[in-house]
Amino acid sequence: MASTSAENIIEVRGLVNRFGAQVVHENLDLDVRRGEVLAVIGGSGAGKSVLLRSIIGLQEPAQGQIRVLGEDLRAASAARRADIERRWGVMFQDGALFSSLDVLENIKVPMIEHQPLPLDLMDEIARLKIALVGLPADSAHKYPNQLSGGMRKRAGIARALSLDPEILFLDEPTSGLDPIGAAGFDELIVTLKKSLDLTVFLVTHDLDSIFTCCDRVAVLVDRHVVAVDTPERIAEHEHPWIQQCFRGPRGRSAQGALASRMQGA
Amino acid sequence: MSSKLGPMKSARLEWRGDGPDAAVLSVSGPCTMRCLPGILVQVDSLKRSPERLDLTELESLDSAGALVLLRLLARDRHYRETIERIRGSRPEHLALLTLIAEAAGVAPSTRNTISSWRVWIAGLGESIVGLWRQMLQLAAFFGEINACALSILMGRRKLRMTAVVHHMERTGLDAVPIICLLCFLVGAVVAFLSATALRDFGASILTVEIVSVSFLREFGVLLSAILVAGRSGSAFTAEIGSMRSREEIDAIKALALDPVELLVIPRLLALLVMLPVLSFLAMLSGILGGALVGATTLDISPIMFLSRMQEETELYYLWLGLLKAPVFAFLIASIGCLEGLKVSGSAESVGSHTTSSVVQSIFLVIVVDALFAVLYMKLDL
Repeated sequence: MASTSAENIIEVRGLVNRFGAQVVHENLDLDVRRGEVLAVIGGSGAGKSVLLRSIIGLQEPAQGQIRVLGEDLRAASAARRADIERRWGVMFQDGALFSSLDVLENIKVPMIEHQPLPLDLMDEIARLKIALVGLPADSAHKYPNQLSGGMRKRAGIARALSLDPEILFLDEPTSGLDPIGAAGFDELIVTLKKSLDLTVFLVTHDLDSIFTCCDRVAVLVDRHVVAVDTPERIAEHEHPWIQQCFRGPRGRSAQGALASRMQGA
Repeated sequence: MSSKLGPMKSARLEWRGDGPDAAVLSVSGPCTMRCLPGILVQVDSLKRSPERLDLTELESLDSAGALVLLRLLARDRHYRETIERIRGSRPEHLALLTLIAEAAGVAPSTRNTISSWRVWIAGLGESIVGLWRQMLQLAAFFGEINACALSILMGRRKLRMTAVVHHMERTGLDAVPIICLLCFLVGAVVAFLSATALRDFGASILTVEIVSVSFLREFGVLLSAILVAGRSGSAFTAEIGSMRSREEIDAIKALALDPVELLVIPRLLALLVMLPVLSFLAMLSGILGGALVGATTLDISPIMFLSRMQEETELYYLWLGLLKAPVFAFLIASIGCLEGLKVSGSAESVGSHTTSSVVQSIFLVIVVDALFAVLYMKLDL
């Protein structure tokens, strides 16, 4: 038990999610290992975001067990749950920044609530996070509606990193970004993971980011995870959806770009 | 596993070596966000700042912990030079410290600090200019509505009858119970108050005139206008505003349609028809409330109430009251729709414009009502 929990930072077993008669997940199993970047891909409406919401406890599953950091969150006491929740950070699709607070205050909210420190230190930590996610220093006093979509996402990550979490959940980090911004984001994920020793769980549509920043890919099709493997091996998988996805024109170009980059390096 | 949870043991700071030259501080144990409070207590109790840090026994480090360690060495944000003064750290810790030193070394952006009274004056000026702009916008919007209504009358644009009926139901029919109940209660209160004052003069019978005249001329239409402003004016703003924030209004324009024709005219027309009806019902229920109080506590029987009303109250009071209803309806509907169209982007903008819509329409309704009172007085009506 102890050994598996050290290896697998998230364990999902037999997860079932239903909305009325519609079954989204059926006996879904998934492991996330410590220190990896795991991407969940799948068609629109395949339940990727629902899976993320189930793991972080925003969606009550109909059945199944979810262990995060070795703890079954549904069975855990409120105090223990809160303890685990402090050890992950979540970035929602559009950042989900609090619109009445500026970026600096947004980043300070988790610290003020969970880990009160001297004000000047919190300020400096928050500015540090702003620099770490690659936002310009003058965005500290901007409000969310003054930021572009990509900047809001970066600020969302900065807030998620506020308490120095062990796991970072990202919901479609590159959706709605221009190709340059998206590539910058992939790079950011790799840098953050390396330097802050993070485990990253991300939900995405973006084949480019799968090949550039992910260690493993989980494919969610027909209510199951049909395959979990490295991006290169997933691309060879014979499941028809994966074939369509990776052998389509966009999949080929993403792989081609990766191959040329490898040669260049 | 449990070492990660529960109360954390924190890092320990200890001086290594003696003498003024060997100011080496050794940090052992975990130095992370969660044990920062314990570390900060120790930092505060340090008598002098260290020359060097020895991190040989450091167990774990995160970005906040790294920042605190760097702050030990440099108080002025010049963290980059401090890296050389750190000894014996593991490669991954050193990499993190280097990254943090780079990222945190940026000077904070300074906010423009202006003295508070200047901010206050500037705010005052801004709101006065804003008020003026708002009036101009409202006048322009009145013009736009009238132009659109005119071209509908000339048959160049269509009147959306289905939408009109839908809004008539929502703003008119659905508001009947609440308006009737409210006016009934206010009627009873007015009767009661005037009776207590008039009883001393033996003139309780005048209660009839007070209730009927006040409701016919003022209260019926005023109360229903205020209720409709709160109920439907706010709904107009919220509906149109959320359409605006979801870019539906832009879609309407891009499809070569006119939002005024599609959204504003039906709502305006519905309110123009329904507010007089609601006002009439409000007058009836107010008088009914007065009559009920008269019958139960003042010994004025309903028959006496009616005949007294017939003798003493002029019929044209009703028309004077009802004449105001379309004016109020026009104000409420156009302010509600205009505020909705002014919503920009975010969802919180919908909230602030809804508030502003209700405040403006109730304010204008009362101001216009006062103007009508002055006008009627000058005309000896």
